[in-house]
Amino acid sequence: MTSLYAVLAVILFTIGLIGFLIRRNALVVFMCVELMLNACNLLFVAFSSHHGVLDGQMAAFFVMVVAAAEVVIGLSIIVMITRTRRSTSVDAENVLKG
Amino acid sequence: MTLYEFSTPQLDYFLLTPFLIVLGVACLGILVEAFWPRKGRFLVQLILGVLGLGCALTVLVLHWGISGLADPSRMPATGPYADSMVSGTVMVDGPAQGFWLILLGFALIAIIGFAERRIHSGATAFTPSAASVPGSHAETEATNEGLTHSEVFPLAIFALAGGMLLVAANDLLVLFVAIEILSLPLYVMVGLARYRRVVSQEASLKYFLLGAMASAVLLFGVAFLFGYAGSFNYTALAGGVTFTAGGDALLLVGLGLVLIGLLFKIGAVPFHSWVPDVYQGAPTPVTAFMSIVTKTAAVGGFLRLFYSGLGGMRWTWQPVLAGVGLLTIAVGVLLAINQNDIKRVLAYSAISHAGFILIPLVGASSTVALGGLTGPSSVASIMFYLIAYGFAALGAFAIVTLVRTQGREATTLEAWAGLGRQHWLVSVILMIFLLSMAGIPLTAGFVGKYVAFVSAWQGGFWWLALAGVLLAVIAVYLYIRVIQVMFFREATDETAELATPGVGTWIVLVICLLGTLGFGLVPGPLLDLLQAVSQFLLPAAL
Repeated sequence: MTSLYAVLAVILFTIGLIGFLIRRNALVVFMCVELMLNACNLLFVAFSSHHGVLDGQMAAFFVMVVAAAEVVIGLSIIVMITRTRRSTSVDAENVLKG
Repeated sequence: MTLYEFSTPQLDYFLLTPFLIVLGVACLGILVEAFWPRKGRFLVQLILGVLGLGCALTVLVLHWGISGLADPSRMPATGPYADSMVSGTVMVDGPAQGFWLILLGFALIAIIGFAERRIHSGATAFTPSAASVPGSHAETEATNEGLTHSEVFPLAIFALAGGMLLVAANDLLVLFVAIEILSLPLYVMVGLARYRRVVSQEASLKYFLLGAMASAVLLFGVAFLFGYAGSFNYTALAGGVTFTAGGDALLLVGLGLVLIGLLFKIGAVPFHSWVPDVYQGAPTPVTAFMSIVTKTAAVGGFLRLFYSGLGGMRWTWQPVLAGVGLLTIAVGVLLAINQNDIKRVLAYSAISHAGFILIPLVGASSTVALGGLTGPSSVASIMFYLIAYGFAALGAFAIVTLVRTQGREATTLEAWAGLGRQHWLVSVILMIFLLSMAGIPLTAGFVGKYVAFVSAWQGGFWWLALAGVLLAVIAVYLYIRVIQVMFFREATDETAELATPGVGTWIVLVICLLGTLGFGLVPGPLLDLLQAVSQFLLPAAL
């Protein structure tokens, strides 16, 4: 069973990673990162059950807290940028080059 | 039911005091931000930060005075703390204390640099109101009222606390949480520049998105390592690695993903693309803070994981890191040559320094294991390298804040042409910092590169050390180019003015100059000290 969960986690993570690379809206890019974090959570819980220890389930809570903190910071940065530029496209961010 | 047993953790508060002080000061800073009247808040934050970090530094040094240097043989092998010391999630051993010393010292210098107001004609380098749109009425109003974001002090101290936790982390989960505590405040600090705010905000967004992605990749690797070992603890991980002798898919995938996440934080090729953008966009005092504090913390966490936890896998990671190290130096140097912005030049130089740090890391030599050899161990030489680089980088960025046209920082190299003829004192000081980064004798940078290559050689990587020396010679060109622009070009209309530095900047410059020259001329005592604290309490297979 654990291997099926691991495969699902890898699929979720890959979807997140591909989305991160090809989507252009900063909010969607950010959601893809959250999807990657949740894939990690699934893997933690699956392995936790596999090994019969609670560490992995506890880790999932830590990851949720960190993800929540990241959302706060990330959304505030995206809101700041959106108010300045009137756009959430990451392609519009092109002042810094070289 | 062992599944639901809970054992209370044993905490050695005596050893943890410096870390707890730093965390406490950061929390206190938040309270000051909330309750202290706006007038004078900046000064209170500065005093609080300097006193707090000074206090933590004193306690750390007192620990060494009371219990001797953190030598493994002196650590309690039995008694109430023995278990928490060796298998705990946070391990305050010699390298942790050594890295704490570096982190606290440089953070203190960087925070003094935050306080500079004279060169900005009474204002700080930070935006009056980060929430207002650049160029808007609200922003002008905030500027006229003389507001400033004194939040940078608690933010920087929180980042420092995360860094201190990272270098002591002996548990994969603590490693991840510590990296996030280190990074989250930095994402905000990068976006706080007073001038060129659009650039600053863009840097902030880029750093945040890429940083969050790297953290997710690291976490996925942690999950795989957890699946492999069944525990987050480095001790359990090291045990598992030793018994199966590698080759397990879970272990290899986990190792690779964790490696990617950590290389991103260090700024090594091919995960370096954020470094120049962020260094350029961030307010220069924040860039200075990041250049040394983030790098030291990431390298410290990297060292403990790969030496203690994954030491048994070193035949796998050594060749990979050797390649990454050489590539990092080469790319950093080659791309720096084309840059026309001094902050970007320094950023690419920071990338190449990350490569130079990877060279002794690959060597993985420890004098204890090798017995007769007298050269410095890898950990000691990496610490020395970081100290040498820290003084040079903090000093160089402090000078970047001084060179201005019409009140704003002039970072293009055209504006620096002929600066050395008009303002020789500051230019000569900058030249010393650049020569230290290049590794010219009589500076700390030379000793740093020397010990780095020696410890790689001792570890059996003589070809890596030789390639490193060759690349170091090529890298000199990058610094000579800036010196040439400053001293051997005629000043033009575009040449910038030099602002009169205030007390804060002077303190930074004098400390950095003394450090660069002092440790260049007399490196012995510092090297001995670092050598004495360079032994991880959990030496796995090294």
